[in-house]
Amino acid sequence: MPSFVLYLIHTLFPHDVRRPTELGADFLIIMSGVIIVYYLTKQKKWRYLWDEWLTTVDHKKIGIMYLIAAIAMLFRGGVDALMLRTNLALPTTPVISASEYNEVFTTHGTIMIFFMAMPLIFALWNVAVPLMIGARDVAFPRLNAMSFWLFAFGALLLNISFVIGGSPNAGWTAYPPYTGVAFNPGPGENYFFLSLLIAGMGTTMTGINFLVTTLRMRAPGMTLMKMPMFVWTTLTTAALILFAFPPLTVALAMSLFDRLFGSSFFTLTHGGMPMMYVNLFWLFGHPEVYIVVLPAFGVFSEVVATYSRKALFGYSAMVLSVLAIMFLSYGTWVHHFFTMGAGPAVNAFFGLSTMLIAIPTGVKIFNWIFTMWGGRIQLTTAMLYQIAFIPTFVIGGATGILLATVPADYQLHNTYFLVAHFHNVLIGGVLFGLLSGTYYWWPKMFGHKLDERQGKWAFWLYFIGFWVTFGPQYLLGLEGMTRRMYTYPLGFGWHELNVISTVGAFIMGAGFVVMVYNVLYSLKYGERDLTGDPWDGRTLEWALPSPAPEYNFARIPVVTARDAWWDMKQKGQTLANSLSSHDISTLEMPKNTPVPFLLGLSFFVVGFGMTFEWWIIVAIGAIGVVASLLYSAFDYDEHKHINADVIRRTESALGRLQG
Amino acid sequence: MSVPVAKEEMEQHLPLEFADEKESIKITGFWMFLVTDVMIFGSLFSSYAVYRTSVAQGPSAYQLFSFGPVILETVLLLTSSFTIGLSIYSMRRQNKQATIAWLIVTLLLGAGFVISEVHDFVGYVAAGATWHQSAFLSAFFILVGTHGAHVTFGILWATTLLIQLIRRGFTPVTTRKLFTFSLYWHFLDIVWIFIFTFVYLNGKIV
Amino acid sequence: MPKRRRRWPYRYIAPLVLVGLLVSGCGQQYVLLHPVGPVGKSELHLLILASLAMGIVIALVLILLAITVIRFRDKPGNRAPYTPNWHGNKTLETIWWIVPVVLLTVIAIPMVNQTFALAKVPKAKDPVVIDVTSLTWKWLFQYPGHHVATVNYLEIPTGEPVLFELTADSPMNTFWIPQLGGMEYTMPNRVLPLWLEADKPGVYWGHSGNYSGIEFEKMFFDVKAVSPAAFNRWLNQTHQTAPPMTMQDYHALLKFNTVGYQTYGNYPTDTFPSVMSGYTLTGSGMYLIEHNQHGLKYVPMSNK
Repeated sequence: MPSFVLYLIHTLFPHDVRRPTELGADFLIIMSGVIIVYYLTKQKKWRYLWDEWLTTVDHKKIGIMYLIAAIAMLFRGGVDALMLRTNLALPTTPVISASEYNEVFTTHGTIMIFFMAMPLIFALWNVAVPLMIGARDVAFPRLNAMSFWLFAFGALLLNISFVIGGSPNAGWTAYPPYTGVAFNPGPGENYFFLSLLIAGMGTTMTGINFLVTTLRMRAPGMTLMKMPMFVWTTLTTAALILFAFPPLTVALAMSLFDRLFGSSFFTLTHGGMPMMYVNLFWLFGHPEVYIVVLPAFGVFSEVVATYSRKALFGYSAMVLSVLAIMFLSYGTWVHHFFTMGAGPAVNAFFGLSTMLIAIPTGVKIFNWIFTMWGGRIQLTTAMLYQIAFIPTFVIGGATGILLATVPADYQLHNTYFLVAHFHNVLIGGVLFGLLSGTYYWWPKMFGHKLDERQGKWAFWLYFIGFWVTFGPQYLLGLEGMTRRMYTYPLGFGWHELNVISTVGAFIMGAGFVVMVYNVLYSLKYGERDLTGDPWDGRTLEWALPSPAPEYNFARIPVVTARDAWWDMKQKGQTLANSLSSHDISTLEMPKNTPVPFLLGLSFFVVGFGMTFEWWIIVAIGAIGVVASLLYSAFDYDEHKHINADVIRRTESALGRLQG
Repeated sequence: MSVPVAKEEMEQHLPLEFADEKESIKITGFWMFLVTDVMIFGSLFSSYAVYRTSVAQGPSAYQLFSFGPVILETVLLLTSSFTIGLSIYSMRRQNKQATIAWLIVTLLLGAGFVISEVHDFVGYVAAGATWHQSAFLSAFFILVGTHGAHVTFGILWATTLLIQLIRRGFTPVTTRKLFTFSLYWHFLDIVWIFIFTFVYLNGKIV
Repeated sequence: MPKRRRRWPYRYIAPLVLVGLLVSGCGQQYVLLHPVGPVGKSELHLLILASLAMGIVIALVLILLAITVIRFRDKPGNRAPYTPNWHGNKTLETIWWIVPVVLLTVIAIPMVNQTFALAKVPKAKDPVVIDVTSLTWKWLFQYPGHHVATVNYLEIPTGEPVLFELTADSPMNTFWIPQLGGMEYTMPNRVLPLWLEADKPGVYWGHSGNYSGIEFEKMFFDVKAVSPAAFNRWLNQTHQTAPPMTMQDYHALLKFNTVGYQTYGNYPTDTFPSVMSGYTLTGSGMYLIEHNQHGLKYVPMSNK
């Protein structure tokens, strides 16, 4: 018995997780866990949590859960970033060791892409898309809940690696053969592959769900060319997910099999070819870049029209360019490894295809500017992100063109120039876009605005911090500093610029603190949104009260114009003014179910067991998975009914029912 | 008002699973799922194409494969694809008995396929051709194994369907489930044709 | 309040960065801007060309954005025209489909030319060949034909192309000498070619550009460029005086650690490790790499 305990301690808490940072994190996690449990018990909230959130299939609540998860992950990824930057500012006295640094940059990248950007996108999709297309829910509400719980438990699996067993340390790209057991023993990389496989399943399901939602669930009259741009980007992104995630799944599974079951895909011996992983990974990885940036483009298209009080300029060209980006993004993956000897013809082809994709992107930029032209621009927080996005993204795109210039890439590949470039597009494009969307749709989610003054403070800190951080990194690239070094010798002239960059990172950190304060402050003191249309919006979600009732639309609207709600307002209509009591009938809505949560939990157990190769635990989890699937196969009780009287009462209480 | 009437008329001519809006949407969703599965197999096939010659010290495709069991498997799976078609045909004619009978035949043929394939794999491993031996064998086992796993999952899925059909008869939900299962099964059949051509046939001829 | 602050990051930070670049850009630490060989120079030229073309786009967008935001602010008394339903203009839209196409063509044509040019070692010359193997946190350089091997440093002749054949007996790394030219991956089971040339004598630093483990940041190496005569002297002298590398030495190098400079007067032939496939570009054509009992052999592609 004692030897068993010792074995557990040795496996779960090996030496490299018994460091001050990890022990501190352990302490904080345990403490916050205790506080949360105590609070829930004291307030008797367990039942509420279970009934209203953990088992919910309501897209609005799932969206909010995605949002909370994304902000928590932004915190984790941000703290990682600060640790990295601190180390690089102090090359002579590194604060964290090389092995810690490697783990931290790996989790920073992985979390920011898979567990921050993706859920923040899904949060906005869940919150806005069904309302924008005049639907009562997504196409598959239960699948939607499953997607969320698979994502959530995947994220949990990756995050516990920090304190249990050891983090992955091969970068977010996880190139073999460094991920093989020969070079990388221990559970870290198992965590990485398994958590991404689990979360990836969820993401694929979300892609299917929203593709079908946008194709089949639109309100009558909303033709494809009358869809809001955000819905167009949802459609194209969902399609991209469908085509991009399977190659990733295959690449991750092969790597995992190499580690756990002794296959020889990417090993040094037995004819393994690491190059194959690189191809499969970027076959996913490049479309992934557009998976995260297209929704941001969609947000900007909504935000810019609303706050300029003007129709989106060049709608058809915007649609065309989104479709062009979608198709072209599959044909550019080799530009991530021009320096892997693909030969001049292949490199030149992919250099050209990469430049080609800049054209539709450039068109979008000009269309956004000309949407503002002739409008009345309100400088709200959401709009500030938009205005900051344009130059930032253009510069990021321009440096992308420099990297697509194949011979220049031979020099710039894997340097800090590259690091600055992709942060330039990911922060300047994706993060600004998603934050803009969060500020824009916040009233629709919670029924109150976020405080504008604090929001602008957070914005300026982010924006200035961003340039102070990444401007110097372009120069570091020209000085020949390569990425992922935990420290560097003095004498290359790298020190000063690194210090400036670190200062910038802390300014961004301050921006995050202000943003969180902004959220907490506004929960209590934020301006309440009583009209449901605080920004004088253009699309259907603003026709509803904030937050929208469970069934969204008492009666599904008929759409006649592109900016449906704006059009209705121009004609003096609202959703309510023609709605009479007998228009309302009893509605069939999806019913809450614990299966998605339990399925996610089971997959978590499987993943955890596999990480440590404890097959009994894997078997227990697998039984859970099979049981969940069997249960839902035989479960015909999927719907509940909301009585017409209940809806009438709700609508009257909201003042939206005549007579 | 003419639009809803026309729609209603159209719905009367549609099979049960398409007439119900919710179930019809689920069929669309299933097609999207098949897209992701096409991509999974696409990735596996392209890996196999790359690894085909990386035999290291292990056996090559030519040395490893034998046609007997592969042709048996092909016949079993192709026949099962035909019988699931007959099952759907019976479903369209509201013939519950025949639907169930053809589904059972499909299941048995599928099970035969899996048994033969497992027997094959065990033989390879016993001869020392494990997937550790070479990248070629790794790629072979993961490609054909993934297909086999799909068939196995399909058999389990169809078993639950069988129970639902017996208990509930033809409802929009059960017909939709059977219809999507048939899509899945045909898809696996097509994948097998590719495996037969590009893995076995190609391996023996070149 | 936001109005006054909105543009200052551009107004101040961008010029500051630019000035910083100009002032310190003359400093030698901007190695990418101070190439000493034809490869590095051609890569720098393209970088500058692309930067200029992109600079036009950036300037255009910045100016247009600034004008738009200032002119169409929503403030009382703004007399700029308000056209809420203006949603398209064919001429304008055609212009900005065309402008990027033109600018990108300007970059694309020389890009394609250079990409092909860099893939070929200059014809008429028969380059010095160096076999490079990245090991776990160290570099092994071998001079086939001269029976000389070094660790963590190499000597090359000036004024003539040097062909590096890159492979790895370790996780992937990239072989990079910033002042001579761009990088290329070292990968297990593959050989990738890269040619570079130094114009003038000197010691240049090289580094691995791809993360490969906890001490990867120590994978610096030195490149000593000397005159061809001195280079040949060094080869002969090393071959005669330095101790030969044994298999024990090679296995010691395979350990996961870092080492200092090492020099060997000979090496076992099969230590250019386990190359299964690959090709090389020595001289005027493409060669396949083959193994036989004498070690590696280059078979011209045309004979195959």
